[in-house]
Amino acid sequence: MHPILKLVVQRIALGLLLLLAVSVLIYAGTEALPGDVAQAILGQSATPEALANLRESLGLNQPGYIRYFHWLGGVLTGDFGKALTNGQDIGQAIAQRLGNTLFLAGCAAAISVPLAIGLGLVAARYNGRWPDKVISGVTLSTISLPEFVAAYFVIYLLTQVIPIFQPVAMVFPGMSFWAKLNAVALPVIVLVLVVLAHMMRMTRAAILNVMQSAYIETAELKGLSPMRVIWKHALPNAVAPIISVVVLNLAYLVVGVVVVEVVFGYNALGQYLVDHVAKRDLPVVQAVGLIFAAVYIGLNILADVLAIVANPRLRHPK
Amino acid sequence: MPDLLDIRNLRIEATSYPPDGPPRDVVLVDDVSVSVAKGRVLGLIGESGAGKSTIGLSAMAYGRGGVRLTGGQVLLNGRDIRGLGAAGLRELRGREVTYVAQSAAAAFNPAQRLMEQVIETSLTHGLMGRAEAEARAVGLFRKLGLPNPETFGNRYPHQVSGGQLQRAMTAMALCPKPDLVIFDEPTTALDVTTQIDVLAAIKDAIRDTGVAALYITHDLAVVAQVADDILVLRHGKKVEYGTVAEIITAPKEAYTQALVSVRSIDHVEKGEAPSVLSIQQVTARYRGTNFDVLKNVTLDLPAGQTLAVVGESGSGKSTLARVITGLLPPGRGKIVFGGRTLSPDLQSRTKDDLRELQMIYQMADVAMNPRQTVGTIIGRPLEFYFGLKGEAKRRRVQELLDQIEMGKGYIDRYPAELSGGQKQRVCIARALAAKPKLIICDEVTSALDPLVADGILKLLLNLQAQEHVAYLFITHDLATVKAIADRIAVMYRGEVVRYGTKTDVLTPPFDDYTDLLLSSVPEMELGWLESVLAHRKMESAGN
Repeated sequence: MHPILKLVVQRIALGLLLLLAVSVLIYAGTEALPGDVAQAILGQSATPEALANLRESLGLNQPGYIRYFHWLGGVLTGDFGKALTNGQDIGQAIAQRLGNTLFLAGCAAAISVPLAIGLGLVAARYNGRWPDKVISGVTLSTISLPEFVAAYFVIYLLTQVIPIFQPVAMVFPGMSFWAKLNAVALPVIVLVLVVLAHMMRMTRAAILNVMQSAYIETAELKGLSPMRVIWKHALPNAVAPIISVVVLNLAYLVVGVVVVEVVFGYNALGQYLVDHVAKRDLPVVQAVGLIFAAVYIGLNILADVLAIVANPRLRHPK
Repeated sequence: MPDLLDIRNLRIEATSYPPDGPPRDVVLVDDVSVSVAKGRVLGLIGESGAGKSTIGLSAMAYGRGGVRLTGGQVLLNGRDIRGLGAAGLRELRGREVTYVAQSAAAAFNPAQRLMEQVIETSLTHGLMGRAEAEARAVGLFRKLGLPNPETFGNRYPHQVSGGQLQRAMTAMALCPKPDLVIFDEPTTALDVTTQIDVLAAIKDAIRDTGVAALYITHDLAVVAQVADDILVLRHGKKVEYGTVAEIITAPKEAYTQALVSVRSIDHVEKGEAPSVLSIQQVTARYRGTNFDVLKNVTLDLPAGQTLAVVGESGSGKSTLARVITGLLPPGRGKIVFGGRTLSPDLQSRTKDDLRELQMIYQMADVAMNPRQTVGTIIGRPLEFYFGLKGEAKRRRVQELLDQIEMGKGYIDRYPAELSGGQKQRVCIARALAAKPKLIICDEVTSALDPLVADGILKLLLNLQAQEHVAYLFITHDLATVKAIADRIAVMYRGEVVRYGTKTDVLTPPFDDYTDLLLSSVPEMELGWLESVLAHRKMESAGN
């Protein structure tokens, strides 16, 4: 078997194992929360008989590990169960919101990743000179702002001062792609501002690190233009750390943007999770938690695999 | 006709940042004038710090780090390149002047195929189309004796050997048809048996393409084979300039004379003596591999004498040191040291075992803690093995410093304040402090300039006479071996192919490998390279 394929298969197998372990943690963690689900559903005034009946029908009297395997079996067949609070099918509720989450994250990534890497390359090219200082200064100040401050600032700027966007990012099924894009413009801008600095600085640092190498001197002595030296000779040798930071930020865009969702009223997974945490709706919390974990693990596997593929020593063994 | 390259009164400075005190400007090259005509090869020679690479790079108006050209002129094809702007310099670099670096392994981009890198300048400077450039590259690969020249360029740098990379770098430099190539120590990092082939390939390529070259090296015997003229440099100043014949047969300056006669230590081998170290049928491999790096090695080292272990990289000579010191327990065989069998692994050896067996390394500066003073470094074994403290320890450290011919002022200095040779001396003193019976010297002079290395070897011989300590001397340099050894073991691919007293080993008839090794050592005479190659050709025709 080709060594890369072997490494990839290993990583994926490890990832699945990790996901299984996380599922145990999530289930155990939510189970360990104090309080009684039946009580939470029926309220303080419930009669003991009603509580006992509900427990029986929810299967709460069975031992924890049995319920875990029931839950896991359901998850593996695509059945996340029903929300305790409103009896809706969790799978369906999540599917629509996950789509919204991925749409927002995808738009933000499509802009921020190329922009961050491009700015990083320019900053490395003009290391210590004014373009570098401007780029570093601006991205540092945007990352230093709390997300909601950045969000309100952007709303104020682009709906009041220059009214080109709407302040609320409502999307619903049946909207056209362009209408959706227009709707998410503001949250996307805020997210780009938030994640830009981290990726930009890593790109810059990784490039500058490689710029000390002897083969960069060779490239300079070939009379190549500075941008070609960076693009052709530095960047291909600096991709591994850049990829890992990009992926961390992608994961953040999927799982960590609840504040932005709330500010813009965007109906996505983060808000869904927070709502149901407040209502003690454990099946929902478990399902969303598991999806977030899967996103994190999956993206990190992707980063590993890309870093492996980017390494010529592994791609082309002796 | 004006010369191709004409450097006049060159002055180069850099800013140095000493650990104590303000930054100051230091002069690296001072008032050096030199010229190279079309098709000629000029050798620049000197020890490290002589400014030879700095002068070489000045022909491309390139300064490493904070190096600046502050005076004089660098005329290339009749114009002063110091006046060219960034764009003008990019035009010049890679088109009129190209560069071959010392370590091709580091100088190639690991993420790009060799062909892309070799033809890059020809394309970016618009000198030829891709097809034409690739055809030229393949032709150069063939001329330089690279295997499978048609497909060689498809490989990545890590897929070819060091000697092949050095040739590929030469092809890269010649591909855009430059007027001048700067060779910066192109064979220094290679094994002696590889060096001779690369040297011959470079020499042929220079002759066939008619290109002019600056050949930078610290090895006079090497430069004598390829250059027409030689400029000897020291501390950034010109010492002597002349044709190769003038420099090596009739050097005028004392420094040049010292360089020419550098390999001149006379050491008469000692007679029989009881053995201090006896390696018996040792076989070893690294964990997780199924390949023996040492195969059935049997060697004997008499007390107070020197056993030199020679071989190229990968021959297992450093592994042998690891086995003796206990870092790598052998798979089979045993090691008898001072009359007792050493336990195979380090943990179960006694303190006396450890004390009597010391080691000195190639890289003195990484073998010392940079944050400890010389006194602390040498004092540590005194305290650990003999319990010396305070004034007694300091007095003994000073004695040791006197023994290594370093005066009073050094005891409170830090390694960073010492020169390369002084650092190695401190390492010797540290080994000596333990009063060992045996010191393993692993390539201890390889990183040093010839004259400095010479001083270290003389010191080691003196110390041996005084202290009756035995040396296991690991090296790839046969000149060093001749200077210091009483016995020699030649290793090749983990086996001892030849072993005996120095006279026996160095007297014909030789086995094939020893013959190859001995005949590959450059000798300081004109036409040595041609005669060796002609001789080898005849022999292979005769077979």
